[in-house]
Amino acid sequence: MRSIYFLHIFLIYFCFGFFILEARELSIKQIEERKQSDLERLKEREKRGNKKFSKEITLSTKLIFLSMERKTPPVLSNLDPILDDEGFYGVKLAIEDNLTTGRFVGHDYKAEFHRILLNENLKSEFQKLLNQGNKFFIVDLNEKELKTLFETSNSEEIVIFNVRSKADSLRNENCKKNLLHIPPSYSMLSDALTQYLVKKKWNKWFLVTGPDENDRKYADALKKSAKKFNIKIKKEKVWDFSADLRRTAGKEVPIFTKGEKYDVLVVADEKGEFGEYLTYRTWDPRPIVGTQGLTPTSWHRTHEQWGATQMQNRFRRESGRWMTEVDYHAWTAVRSIGEAITRTSSNDVKDIRKYLLGEKFGLGAYKGVKVSFRSWNGQMRQPILLAAPRSMVSVSPQEGYIHPDSELDTMGKDQPESTCKF
Amino acid sequence: MTRFIFCLFFIFVAKTSFANLAYITNEKDNTVSVIDIKKNKVIRTVEVGQRPRGIIMSKDGKLVLICASDDDRVEVREAKTLKLKYYLPSGPDPELFILSPNDETLYIANEDDAMVTVVDMNDKMIIDDIPVGVEPEGMGLTNDGKVLVNTSETTNMAHFIDTSTLDILENVLVDARPRVAMFTPNDKEVWVSAEIGGTVKVINPSTKEVTHTIGFEIPGVNEESIQPVGVRHTNDGKYTFVALGPANRIAVIDQKTKELIKYLLVGQRVWQLAFTPDQKTLLTTNGVSNDVSIIDVEKLKVKKSIKVGRFPWGVVISPES
Repeated sequence: MRSIYFLHIFLIYFCFGFFILEARELSIKQIEERKQSDLERLKEREKRGNKKFSKEITLSTKLIFLSMERKTPPVLSNLDPILDDEGFYGVKLAIEDNLTTGRFVGHDYKAEFHRILLNENLKSEFQKLLNQGNKFFIVDLNEKELKTLFETSNSEEIVIFNVRSKADSLRNENCKKNLLHIPPSYSMLSDALTQYLVKKKWNKWFLVTGPDENDRKYADALKKSAKKFNIKIKKEKVWDFSADLRRTAGKEVPIFTKGEKYDVLVVADEKGEFGEYLTYRTWDPRPIVGTQGLTPTSWHRTHEQWGATQMQNRFRRESGRWMTEVDYHAWTAVRSIGEAITRTSSNDVKDIRKYLLGEKFGLGAYKGVKVSFRSWNGQMRQPILLAAPRSMVSVSPQEGYIHPDSELDTMGKDQPESTCKF
Repeated sequence: MTRFIFCLFFIFVAKTSFANLAYITNEKDNTVSVIDIKKNKVIRTVEVGQRPRGIIMSKDGKLVLICASDDDRVEVREAKTLKLKYYLPSGPDPELFILSPNDETLYIANEDDAMVTVVDMNDKMIIDDIPVGVEPEGMGLTNDGKVLVNTSETTNMAHFIDTSTLDILENVLVDARPRVAMFTPNDKEVWVSAEIGGTVKVINPSTKEVTHTIGFEIPGVNEESIQPVGVRHTNDGKYTFVALGPANRIAVIDQKTKELIKYLLVGQRVWQLAFTPDQKTLLTTNGVSNDVSIIDVEKLKVKKSIKVGRFPWGVVISPES
């Protein structure tokens, strides 16, 4: 009896340990103060006039960050600003990090930012960049736009880092030898979430899908995960009301969710058209998971373990806002290139690609374990955060999901299931 | 007469217990736990600044220095009472630090700032800061205090710094996320642990070349959770102890051959280590299980674990007085 008592205490401590904050985040005022003191110290340092260690530059690498101007969508939330600079500060910070390392080994890095405007043509603009001899591309584009890039050129003299699209097809039947993916695929995200729900024994789902193509892809991945982990989807519905729910959700949602027995409401609504309005309004009291509520993601403002606080603070000092997933992906892409160049002392595309997909590559990316690339489809393997709006709930893979090579490969399409052929 | 005996007794107790105290920083509790090593128990818990991590003592054992990371300063406390004496400026987010052999200069790694800050202990002022790699952490110093080695977690380098000029002499690439740099007692090697890389690199400080890379394999423990952090060498040149983080083990390595002798199972997420002055006992801080393991160095056995505060991070043990 006593041992059970101790076991409980142990478990409480154990769980608690995982959720405790690693450090404080800075307030805007503190960030401003910190910037000020950074400047003052910089002045002091210049006054002292001591030299900076630097080696002669032997290798110079230019990276292109490519993004598209997008039509501003209707405002769905009064809380989140609409960002048109996603990825920019991620690249900027990573270039600074690469330069710090580069200073000690004689490597230089530059990034050029190209934004394709609404009235410009992606194909011809990309062609112009290719004609200039650019080789490293960090692209913030969706699935369709990425395909356009490959219609323009299938050259293996370049390497493209996808930092936005989560589409599974790009990692499988439409994979490309010179396309590497930093964002976790929909199937990695859905497996990460499902592993946790299995652990909680929340095995009966009510799945609500939004009207967009991406929502369907997310839902498809969720359905595949459900099958993989033996989950029952009790009910599946599509949300196709286009009304703004801010004033009417209280009436609509209860009726929409009435009449089924389920443990958890799983929602696929990337844009947040209705997902945010489900919480507290379902007929039965049920938690919301998926694109809203408890969300599987590669980066989140609540993430502070494994040095992430340092990253969050550095990013906020640089940009004045929170780091988004795309920012994190962009940072990781540029740092991966930097790491490969540092280790191989080469910036030849083939050397870099070989090193990145090889066993030696491993990057510290604030996830507790190293991140690396799956050699069979160019996908970055990484732990996935399960975040609630104001707390980190868990990190997948969950304990007990074992794999002969890497437990990270229990999420998403593993080598035997992959249909990617380079 | 009785009063005299009482005083004598008191002095005696104070003196013996003082020589056997371990100070543990509890990162999430903002406290320091004081352990009496002979009695194997926590005798005191003292509130300190925010997010205490690195902790060291002056050579004479009179002062305890604590990195209060979230206060952006170093606290200097009286060892006996842990009463705050004064603060030292440290630059932002101090994490680990090291004192020169004459206790006059303090070198601090500023994790948030890619700097090593140099502080004069007498003037209590910053003398200089040295730009190093991103997220500096580990600090190692030769016995004569002439060469400082700092590791940077994101740049993945060991920076060799000449302490007379405060210039960088050389930078050596190591594996991902280097956490601790530790010179061997004869100063002929510096061992650098890499948390994410999962290795320890041995560097020759005169040639700045990596002479050995030590990897770890533990049956039943996945490779990713083997994350080397703390490193401690015995003065007799026999053993080196490496804390392996979430693998929950200490690796015992033959200091000469660099071969693994055995693994010792300790608490969860073990990071930092410290010897007693006689080097017969080694203490480990186990962050997730919130305790400290006590290892018998001669028998290479874990004797006991002692509960401390939340997320124990650093540990220092008072010298013989």
